[in-house]
Amino acid sequence: MIGRLVAGRLLDLAVVLASVSVLVFFMIRLIPGDAVAIMLGANTEVTPERIAALRASIGLDQPIVLQYLGWVGRALRGDFGTSLWTGRPVIDEIAVHVWPTLQLTLLALAIGAGLAVPTGVLMARLRGRFADGLLRVVTVAGLTVPSFWLGIIMILALATWAPTIQALGYVPFSQDPLGNLGRLVLPATALALPILANLSRLVRSAMLDALGQDYIRTARAKGVGERGVLYRHALRNALIPYVTSVGIMTGYLLGGAIVVEQVFAIPGLGRLILGAVAERNYPLLQATILVVTCAVVLVNFLVDLVYLAIDPRVRA
Amino acid sequence: MDTLRRHPLLAIALVLVALQAVLVAAAPWVSPYDPLQQDVLARLKGPSAAHWLGTDQFGRDVLSRIIHGCRASLGVSVVAVAAALAVGGTLGLLAAYYRGWTDRLLMRVMDVLFAFPVLLLAIGVVAVLGPRSETAAVAIAIVYTPVFARLLRGPALVVCESDYVAGARAVGASDGRIIFMHVLPNLMSVVLVQTSLLLSAAILVEASLSFLGLGTQPPTPSLGLMLSEGRNFLLLSPWSALFSGLAILVLAFGLNLLGDALRDTLDPRLRGQE
Repeated sequence: MIGRLVAGRLLDLAVVLASVSVLVFFMIRLIPGDAVAIMLGANTEVTPERIAALRASIGLDQPIVLQYLGWVGRALRGDFGTSLWTGRPVIDEIAVHVWPTLQLTLLALAIGAGLAVPTGVLMARLRGRFADGLLRVVTVAGLTVPSFWLGIIMILALATWAPTIQALGYVPFSQDPLGNLGRLVLPATALALPILANLSRLVRSAMLDALGQDYIRTARAKGVGERGVLYRHALRNALIPYVTSVGIMTGYLLGGAIVVEQVFAIPGLGRLILGAVAERNYPLLQATILVVTCAVVLVNFLVDLVYLAIDPRVRA
Repeated sequence: MDTLRRHPLLAIALVLVALQAVLVAAAPWVSPYDPLQQDVLARLKGPSAAHWLGTDQFGRDVLSRIIHGCRASLGVSVVAVAAALAVGGTLGLLAAYYRGWTDRLLMRVMDVLFAFPVLLLAIGVVAVLGPRSETAAVAIAIVYTPVFARLLRGPALVVCESDYVAGARAVGASDGRIIFMHVLPNLMSVVLVQTSLLLSAAILVEASLSFLGLGTQPPTPSLGLMLSEGRNFLLLSPWSALFSGLAILVLAFGLNLLGDALRDTLDPRLRGQE
């Protein structure tokens, strides 16, 4: 049974990944006008020779199905061609820029998802009309605060009260572990707040739901202590929707990271993508969107598997 | 009235959103200055009697620019979400009504769009169509189309199973008539709640795109753009950046609170669900 479920999910995964690649591939063909002339026009003089050369180098002179198959085949081997303007392999460009973003995303996920459990449990203890209303207003505010604005306020506060602390930029972890983490704490916190608000609210309502169930009454009746009821029985079940949501959050986080990186001058994927948009480097943009989206799809697939593993009801 | 007394949060949210709507609709009349009018002698000033929220780097009145910026943000978001609702909602209803291959095909396509991180897909669309406020609206509409399709398909499946849909079919109503006159009205609470919540999210996406320089272009006032420009003068005069970000928060907050409160009021069964 579980084997068939996993096989089904794997098939879904393959279909979605293939469709994503088709969509990203056709992106460049949807550009109104001659994409190649537009790409050239952003940086150099447009001449027929240059157009023909660039067209051939991207493979635009072949039949479209062959173009797609060739592109996907090379992509699967990690070959996305060379960046149009720097001449470096696209995969290297992505590899350089992916680390700051990945670190920022993981740190934000750790802060947001990590704090959400105790916060949610704490919030579940506050009950009643007034507490409900207050918590709702606070969490909705947390959900809707723009991360990039929060980041700007943090920078302003730091510049005002602690001007000696260096908050902007990025140093690799291998060079200076403390400096690396120190600079990522603020952007990660700014990025994490909406997730914290979202997930802690989810944990709270799932806890309240779970606490009303029969098995909690049974646990209390057989003499389990309040802490045991709260953590071992209620929380365990309340965590199921939480795990599913954490998967969905990664997509949001990666998108949010693009913006927050700009605020804190972090040279991550955001800088790469925006640079590619500005200089109309479509092959680089395609490759980055493809890689990031596939990564997000894979994370959600893994979360789905975890979900299968922790929720006995799905297996039955 | 009685409903509002029992749900004070709904009342607060309604008042907040109504106030914003009036302010935005009356922008040309209520804003104290022309949002494009420059005053080189009064650049980067803090709040004063003449300029309640200060001035920006060109001496333009921040309050006037925020009021017009809200109008632009809300305009883009409303158009985008309306388009997403029309297209995505229709697709979701068709999938639920016809089932089978139609359902599988339509929802597969929606799944693929849904697989992209929201902001990444929006940036991709803007990169293809060129950065303008119109393309930002198209991008947001594309991003939220699969969301509406998924959100409406589920409840629509239940409604399509009901006796009155079978009854309508029995008396010979056309498919279109059944879908839009019988199924859709029963989903209005879902539509209202989700439209409100997604409008709030759309405002944040629009602000992000403009902040990145991919949405509304200068000199048109836009909240995301003001925040991005104000950032360069943060230490000299933080007012433009602070207040434009606050305006984004207030716009998104009001709509999100409204959606949240509506969900509780219209369907108590949904209480506590995300």
